[in-house]
Amino acid sequence: MSDPISRDDVAHVADLARLRLTDDELDHFTEQLAAVLEHARDVEALDVADVAPTAHPFELSNITRPDEVRPSLDRDEVLGQAPSTEAGQFRVPPVLGEAP
Amino acid sequence: MTDTTTTDLAAPDAGLPGGWQMVIGLEVHCELSTATKLFCGCPNQFGSEPNTNVCPVCLGLPGSLPVANDAAVTYAMRLGRALHCEVKPSVFARKNYFYPDQPKDYQISQFDQPTNIEGWLELPDGIRIGIERAHIEEDTGKTSHVGGGGRIHEAGYSLVDYNRAGVPLVEIVGKADLRTPEQARQYVAELRSIILAIEVSDAKMEEGSMRVDANVSVRKADEPYGTRCEIKNLNSLRSLVRALDYEARRQIELLEDGERVIQQTRHWDEADGRTHTLRSKEEADDYRYFAEPDLVPLDPSAETLAAIDASIPTLPADRRQALATAAGVTPVEAAMAVERGLDDLALAAIEAGANPARVMTHVEHNLAADEAVRLDAANFAGLVTMETSGELTATQAKQVLAEMVETGGEPGAIAAARGFEAMETGALESLVDEAIAADPEAWAKFCAGDAKVTGAFVGYVMKATKGQADGKAVTELLRRRAAG
Amino acid sequence: MSPTSASTATAIAEAVRSGERSAREVVDEHLAAIEAREPELHAFNLVMADEARASADAIDRARAAGEQLGPLAGVPIALKDNLCTRGIPTTCSSRILEGWRPPYDATVVQRLAAAGAVAVGKTNLDEFAMGSSTENSAFGPTRNPHDTSRVPGGSSGGSAAAVAAGFAPLSLGSDTGGSIRQPAALCGVVGVKPTYGSVSRYGLVAFASSLDQIGPFATTVDDAALLLEVIAGHDPLDSTSIPQPAPSLRSELGRGVEGLRVGVIRELTGEGIAPDVARRVTAAADALAVAGAKVDEASVPAVAYGLSAYYLIAPAEASSNLARYDGVRYGLRVDASNSPEMMVASRTAGFGDEVKRRIMLGTYALSAGYYDAYYGKAQRVRTLIIRDFAAAYEDFDVLLSPTSPTTAFAFGDKTADPLTMYLNDICTIPSNLSGDPAVSVPYGVGDDGLPVGVQVLAPAMQEATMLRVAAALEASR
Ligand SMILES: [Mg+2]
Ligand SMILES: [Zn+2]
Repeated sequence: MSDPISRDDVAHVADLARLRLTDDELDHFTEQLAAVLEHARDVEALDVADVAPTAHPFELSNITRPDEVRPSLDRDEVLGQAPSTEAGQFRVPPVLGEAP
Repeated sequence: MTDTTTTDLAAPDAGLPGGWQMVIGLEVHCELSTATKLFCGCPNQFGSEPNTNVCPVCLGLPGSLPVANDAAVTYAMRLGRALHCEVKPSVFARKNYFYPDQPKDYQISQFDQPTNIEGWLELPDGIRIGIERAHIEEDTGKTSHVGGGGRIHEAGYSLVDYNRAGVPLVEIVGKADLRTPEQARQYVAELRSIILAIEVSDAKMEEGSMRVDANVSVRKADEPYGTRCEIKNLNSLRSLVRALDYEARRQIELLEDGERVIQQTRHWDEADGRTHTLRSKEEADDYRYFAEPDLVPLDPSAETLAAIDASIPTLPADRRQALATAAGVTPVEAAMAVERGLDDLALAAIEAGANPARVMTHVEHNLAADEAVRLDAANFAGLVTMETSGELTATQAKQVLAEMVETGGEPGAIAAARGFEAMETGALESLVDEAIAADPEAWAKFCAGDAKVTGAFVGYVMKATKGQADGKAVTELLRRRAAG
Repeated sequence: MSPTSASTATAIAEAVRSGERSAREVVDEHLAAIEAREPELHAFNLVMADEARASADAIDRARAAGEQLGPLAGVPIALKDNLCTRGIPTTCSSRILEGWRPPYDATVVQRLAAAGAVAVGKTNLDEFAMGSSTENSAFGPTRNPHDTSRVPGGSSGGSAAAVAAGFAPLSLGSDTGGSIRQPAALCGVVGVKPTYGSVSRYGLVAFASSLDQIGPFATTVDDAALLLEVIAGHDPLDSTSIPQPAPSLRSELGRGVEGLRVGVIRELTGEGIAPDVARRVTAAADALAVAGAKVDEASVPAVAYGLSAYYLIAPAEASSNLARYDGVRYGLRVDASNSPEMMVASRTAGFGDEVKRRIMLGTYALSAGYYDAYYGKAQRVRTLIIRDFAAAYEDFDVLLSPTSPTTAFAFGDKTADPLTMYLNDICTIPSNLSGDPAVSVPYGVGDDGLPVGVQVLAPAMQEATMLRVAAALEASR
């Protein structure tokens, strides 16, 4: 059985999820998440090792589409929704480093 | 990369000091040359105006859903089979991380159930390099950095183009079986020729349709694997070899100074010939993989797999073997002809009775990769036979071959048009006698064993025949005269 | 507020097709109803008066030109504001999407237009469909038309209220853990969660992809069936769409329940269910027995784990689905000196507390070291629930339970403690986990005089039988 979620766990998770929490929010959310996870202990305690997981309720496989070109969107319509653009591209503040 | 085995498939000398050995594993991303992207109908096209090949799906707009491209799936399986992988029932998974070029801030990839597992690739010298997996995933968009000389850390801002986002990739994860930069080069070259042979990608490193990342560590022979670094930005085979070489020496220097290698991602800088830290792996990437709920599993039937196998042409390793057998050379010696796609021509010419050694010489030295198409194998064989029967000298044969490639003509006609009549042995003999008579002093030296003067006689004969005589035949006649 | 036969979708479509009424006249009438009561109820994030009049006029012109009109000709419909509508703001009741105009229509929106339906507005919801009261909307709550001091339920509270208030005879909602059925119950209307995969999700802004389904709200079972017939059926743009033709539903409704085996789910009728609600379920079971069904108690033990499994799976998928709101391509951006900071600032400002809570919960459930204990475990529990339902369906054709444990509650009653709010969904969640269809049918009122919904559950793709039972309940009221 896992330890209850800690304040540090919540801070780490907020970081992973790109959210910033105030100290008060951190306390508050830690308490609330702990309550939900406490409720989930019934599931955590179940021995279901020999039960296969279900990802989709309706079992389908090999759903593909033909390799045929379909019309793309109008660029002005797409860029018209963006907070900032330049030279037909989406503009963002410096990215600081390469993608992982 | 497994970190503990010390199995050594191949340990050729990497030229490293002090008993050090490299352990290299490559991850190669290959863009599939489908008409459309992996999960939408946008064109998979290089070089379009930014953000013109985009739709709700590849922009990750709210509410959009992916549908897998059947050609991409087939290509990926074909590549897997060509790499002797087992094609398994597979599922797509989400790899979660935030980055502006990732439209959904997760990448649809595969994780614990990839399409292809456990294969191998054979280098020309017969060594097999293991393939751990070859999985399907989508490419990201492209970020360019504005200001600060385009360098990522000094840029004022960045621009994102999503044309490439969603382009189908296969990521081929090789096992840590490579031991030298040269082997790594051969591995990538071999992989590239397989990919080209099965026509699933144009595999252009310079255009980024084939991208190589290298995991490198060093160890003393027979010791467990050392801490590895991952090197990115290897845009050519030359960069790959140089970067591996540099990185191995950097790591050895650290270890010999009593320091430790830190597991990190490094960037190869072609201009200054060094690798630089990108970021430490210790900040543990937590990608929170889980099965992509918007897609369903791939589970190819036996018939599908049989059709895929049937679509795979003879692969480079088998082609090398076939040519090697026919020409009486080693597979390594046959490699260049295969790499340049000239093996079918060579085989046909040998089949038609041409001298294998002469055929191999022409194929290796006198023909370019794209010239085979204009060359008729029977004519090529004819040319080689004219040469070996003495109708043409080596020089003449080379000239005729060049014209055959140019015009598609027949060798006899070209030789005749050029006036390359086979010289009567009698005519050549009297010219040799003329040359001897013209310089008795040199002849005396020749007879005394001074080979340096040979050139004077050959030169005389060549001048007299306007270069059409066979130099070797002249030398042979001189020897016979001297022997007496 | 109870529907007169002339105000049902079937009646309107028939009248418009026959020329008895113009589509424009129908739409104006409904827009007037909206104008009168919308300020009080706030069912809509956007009323599309101009667009609605224009499409009504187009239908009238088509009729005048002798064109064949669709099954929903001239029928006003309200769309949950998480369905993409081309060029029309789609907000999910979130600041982060405020002002976003999708460049495409959801598949269901296209099908509605092709059927002649007239969209009158985008309805309010709990932000990104996360909630059971519509109190989590960034644009203020919707009020229950039966008692404006009470919540309409959620997350499709706006869609349920719009139909209950007579703003439109039909609306669409989405149901991830009960978000159609629970508000339908609390607002006294019919709400259907179809079989997972029977209605295309293309263009539905995702909350939890493996659980989300779009479904109808209506005042009658017949109307709900009509709307479901229009929106169901295979869509090649959704890989999880069942590649089978949509079953015909309306033709089955009148067949009665004679001989059908009905099981009342034991695990969902005892503890945690308000006595007045439980009494209405018993009454419904009795009515079905009177109508000729064989009614007995059924057991589906694994539903006891439904809530826990759901609150691991749904947030996990949501944490990934909601990653894309990063301020780069659309929606809210809060500027900062670099991109990572910009993403943090935008997401922190753009999402409300409930959304943040679920994103963090889901991120935690998926993160290294916890996946097996939480997400992986929950996916296995899902298999148990599917098994137990399958076993029950060997003995029964349909199952019966309450839709919601209580009638509509007051604003603020459950906002302080998320778990209390989550418990609202214990009866509805199992069907989302199993993928099976379920419908909530109004069945009288509780002690407070507010509507009670009874839930009919059926095996996958058995909507026809399920709606037959619902129609029998409706007739027995
Ligand atoms: Mg990859
Ligand atoms: Zn696209």
